[in-house]
Amino acid sequence: MINTSDILETIHMIDDENLDIRTITMGISLLDCIDPDITRACEKVYEKITRCARDLVKTGEDIEREYGIPIINKRISVTPIAIISAACDASPVAFAQTLDRAAQAVGVNFIGGYSALVQKGFSAGDERLIRSIPEAMAITERVCSSVNLGSTKTGINLDACRLMGQIIREASEKTMDNSCFGAAKIVVFCNAPEDNPFMAGAFHGVGEPDCILNVGVSGPGVVRSAVAKCPPDASISEIADVIKKTAFKITRMGQLVGTVASERLGIPFGIVDLSLAPTPAVGDSVAHILEEIGLEKCGTHGTTAALALLNDAVKKGGVMASSRVGGLSGAFIPVSEDAGMIDAARCGSLNIEKLEAMTAVCSVGLDMIVIPGDTPADTIAAIIADEAAIGMVNSKTTAVRVIPAIGRKIGDELEFGGLFGSGPVMGINYRSSSRFIQRGGQIPAPLQSLKN
Amino acid sequence: MRAVITVIGKDTVGILAKVSQICFEFNANIIDVTQTVMEDLFVMVMLADISKLSESFTTFSDSLDQLGEAQNLKIRAMHEDLFNSMHKI
Repeated sequence: MINTSDILETIHMIDDENLDIRTITMGISLLDCIDPDITRACEKVYEKITRCARDLVKTGEDIEREYGIPIINKRISVTPIAIISAACDASPVAFAQTLDRAAQAVGVNFIGGYSALVQKGFSAGDERLIRSIPEAMAITERVCSSVNLGSTKTGINLDACRLMGQIIREASEKTMDNSCFGAAKIVVFCNAPEDNPFMAGAFHGVGEPDCILNVGVSGPGVVRSAVAKCPPDASISEIADVIKKTAFKITRMGQLVGTVASERLGIPFGIVDLSLAPTPAVGDSVAHILEEIGLEKCGTHGTTAALALLNDAVKKGGVMASSRVGGLSGAFIPVSEDAGMIDAARCGSLNIEKLEAMTAVCSVGLDMIVIPGDTPADTIAAIIADEAAIGMVNSKTTAVRVIPAIGRKIGDELEFGGLFGSGPVMGINYRSSSRFIQRGGQIPAPLQSLKN
Repeated sequence: MRAVITVIGKDTVGILAKVSQICFEFNANIIDVTQTVMEDLFVMVMLADISKLSESFTTFSDSLDQLGEAQNLKIRAMHEDLFNSMHKI
């Protein structure tokens, strides 16, 4: 018989500390749907997605019921559409509409993969797809878009940075009546993982199998509570150990759900993303873990060090709990989706420069940050370039998901609702980066790329 | 397949009998029972074999939910594997 206190601990984690599986994401390859006739290609895409993911939501719900674990999102990622649409001589927006319809048909709330991989330059179809992103984001509800424009191996495509600065602004402008939500569905990556289960940056890499299931776990509330139970004089190494043990338990749950779900769906199990993914709900915040470790407010001096420890301990605990680890794996710091981050940003403790430093030691990047509506496109491009440089040099994934709040100024708030939360408009550096961005070209790959 | 049935709340007369009755109705074989009082809460943990359940697990679980609501207790049935994977290496 299992120990009663272990049983109660699990139930307490689920009931009171927001322990959940954040997402089970089915990756579907669309390579066999390529067709020069766009109507025919879209038909094939719709057929394949609705066939593969027919039972995804039901399977997820059955597992929730049997195991008593909430599975918050069931989602789909597909092959970057720029590859699929390259053969068609027409606007790829039709693909976005098809993805949206397919997602609605199978009941998933988001589908990722309206994407292009341009880290070393644009191939046929890439630029056309990128230029269509604002329209695609405005007219669809569930489609997410991502662009990988840099990597440690290739360097950074500065032309793509410049273009994405404009695209993000345009996406915000086109959806200004809807809290500029278009920009919240666009992620720009350096070193994008091909098996990421989390939106908005999920896409199904070309080296992946035909259909696969990836799992993203969550549990900032559980980690915070475990840290809170440590004695006040516990050393930082003891704190790291506690986080490691907690991450192990959380990840084991993800591993179990992934194994069961992939068996039932008859597809291979991909990876568990060892993540701490916050939500705006009380008690589900990564910032609050940092504060529990001993910071008065997230963003103050010491935040980067505490986050580095947290991120590392989550990985160390998680990696033994899972047979295959992948995706982004680490703590997420999306500002608008984390009650503690929102508070810290509102009171001025957390600013964009500190967030940038934090992204050097955690799993993603500048995520869900609302910037002033009058931010020039070139400044957004420079924010992207900075972040990509951190990823490139440190051989890690970095990303940018900023939302220019059209018509709003510093201190105003943008309300997205649901898991996306709300965010105060944060200040940026107003000095121009235009001359740098307008140079274009490719930032060469760093020495770190020469490992062979 | 085995399920862990947990009952948490204020101790009441006949609670063990009522939960056992539902297990009997659904043909779930009770293997082990422990009960204890933790921080003023009555906690009962049952391990039941549900491989020969007469109806779906969801219906079984719903019946336990209803009993819990009627008795002002939290009763839930969860697959044993969850606890094994989280707490055993």
